[in-house]
Amino acid sequence: MILAVLFIWHSVLYAQQQRFPRPEFESGYTFPTHQFLNQRGPMWEYMDVAVLIGALLVTTWMALVKRSRQGIIWVSAFSLAYFGFYRQGCICAIGSVQNMSLALFNQNYAIPLSALLFFIIPLIFALLFGRVFCAGVCPLGAIQELTGFRQVKVPRHVEKVLAAIPFVYLGLAVLFAATESQFLICRYDPFVGIFRIDAPYTMVIFGSLLLVVGIFVNRPYCRYLCPYGVLQNIFSRFSLKHVTISPAECRSCRLCESGCPYDAILQTDPEPHPEKIEKPLKGSLIYFLMIPVLAAAFAVILYNAAPAFSVVNSNVKLAREVRLEKEEGIKAVSKAAVAFFESGKTEDQLFKEEQQIIGRFRKGSPWVGIFLGLSLGIGFFRLTLRKIRTDYEPDRGRCYSCAKCFKFCPVKIKN
Amino acid sequence: MAVLKNKQESRRSFVKTAGRLIVAAPVLALPVILTKKTDVKGYVWQIDPYKCTSCEQCRTACVMTPSAVKCTDAFPMCGYCDFCPGFLRQGAKTYNTSAENQLCPTGAIVRKFVEEPYFEYTIDEKLCDGCSKCVKACANFGNGSLYLQIMHNLCVNCNQCRIARICPSDAVIRVPATDPYLRKELKS
Repeated sequence: MILAVLFIWHSVLYAQQQRFPRPEFESGYTFPTHQFLNQRGPMWEYMDVAVLIGALLVTTWMALVKRSRQGIIWVSAFSLAYFGFYRQGCICAIGSVQNMSLALFNQNYAIPLSALLFFIIPLIFALLFGRVFCAGVCPLGAIQELTGFRQVKVPRHVEKVLAAIPFVYLGLAVLFAATESQFLICRYDPFVGIFRIDAPYTMVIFGSLLLVVGIFVNRPYCRYLCPYGVLQNIFSRFSLKHVTISPAECRSCRLCESGCPYDAILQTDPEPHPEKIEKPLKGSLIYFLMIPVLAAAFAVILYNAAPAFSVVNSNVKLAREVRLEKEEGIKAVSKAAVAFFESGKTEDQLFKEEQQIIGRFRKGSPWVGIFLGLSLGIGFFRLTLRKIRTDYEPDRGRCYSCAKCFKFCPVKIKN
Repeated sequence: MAVLKNKQESRRSFVKTAGRLIVAAPVLALPVILTKKTDVKGYVWQIDPYKCTSCEQCRTACVMTPSAVKCTDAFPMCGYCDFCPGFLRQGAKTYNTSAENQLCPTGAIVRKFVEEPYFEYTIDEKLCDGCSKCVKACANFGNGSLYLQIMHNLCVNCNQCRIARICPSDAVIRVPATDPYLRKELKS
């Protein structure tokens, strides 16, 4: 051990030492400068943005105007080829959430323009036309769309519970990015390894597992994991226009009921009796009042969980390891600890840094709690509302505008 | 009943418009907030050669196989040694440049005679896998002129570089894309 420490110390001391003088050549040799190659120019980033807008427009046209499932499949295939296999999954809108968070809450990071545009443009489209980005432009959506051959319906209560996961995922991803700890979404992107045909085997297993599940339970990543899908979901609820199941007037024939693999078709309700209306109102009032209570409760819980979350930050992890060595005598042997001991930074500096990071987690995590509590509260509250529907229509939040339901509608318009 | 329905309809449309405004506000506000914090050129990842401890993790941590990290020689720093510690393996039985005596596991270091007793060392980037064995040896026994850089013709510029995540000395940093390399220069 002593030898190892000496060796490391030695290497630090002499890393920059000019032990051998610079030779003076007599043969007229000139010192070459290494020519580093540059990455592809910024033109290509604009190209990506242009392709994004183009693909969004085509998908919108296919879904809302042409009402062509075939067309959406072709756009999906194109997006998978371009954003997936050609651009190798970077840049993507899902990951740009973290860039936004990092740029908003950090002084020394400026967001690349293309990342900002990739974040905002799909949301604007969601606000105008629903989740057309999910339908045919997102490469992660496209790979699942093209491999979802069968349709197995998930029981509604299971679906509802699993659909809560993305909210937690989004909250944590934003928190971890804002504290400069981790880019959670990119790290656990299941398909980027497939796009690059190169990944650690755990991610290959995870990605292929999702694809295999996706053959039967379509789009498992989009439904139960995708954090950007949460934003798309919220924005799409308030969209100006949205795909309709029927091209004209719905006849409530119930034929489309089995047509949606995502259970995103809202069925018509029989009209309730007028005298029964009063009672549920009282129930929904309780749930309405529950919303702030839940938000506050989650904020408190997450505030207290902040130190536990902060372990994802490598500096906090290192500080804990170093402290363990100091207090318990457990030798810090990780490469980070070794590098820390050589770097000449003092332990006090490290511990101070750790406290700063935990402080940032403490500041951020209540907001994540409020977000989670609000979403859960509003979710509960919405369950108590009963909307009187006369038509079969897509649930604007959950509908991916994938156009699968069109063929089930017997109402046809001749072009 | 009709009145009730109308009332519900108008309430619903109110909620919808209000929601639309609330949701649209941040989307429109974000570019304004971030105008000063937007960088058209963006960032790329690069290794700070003065922080790097040549821990050999760059070889395996990169999402590319082989790694986008390659070794380069800072020629103004290089001693042009005949007995280059980065090129020749320590403890070799015989002193010659045969393959078993080379330190580089992929034989990526090219040795070229310049004049007595100096040799020029360049890296064949096609063969180099960024294992940093030569970097460590050069830092320990030579001038420290060999160093690692992320080659941007190979790097896919991940949102978070996987090497940066595990780098023990935080040597992998974001640098402006306009100046993507951190050259090691001769210190006076």
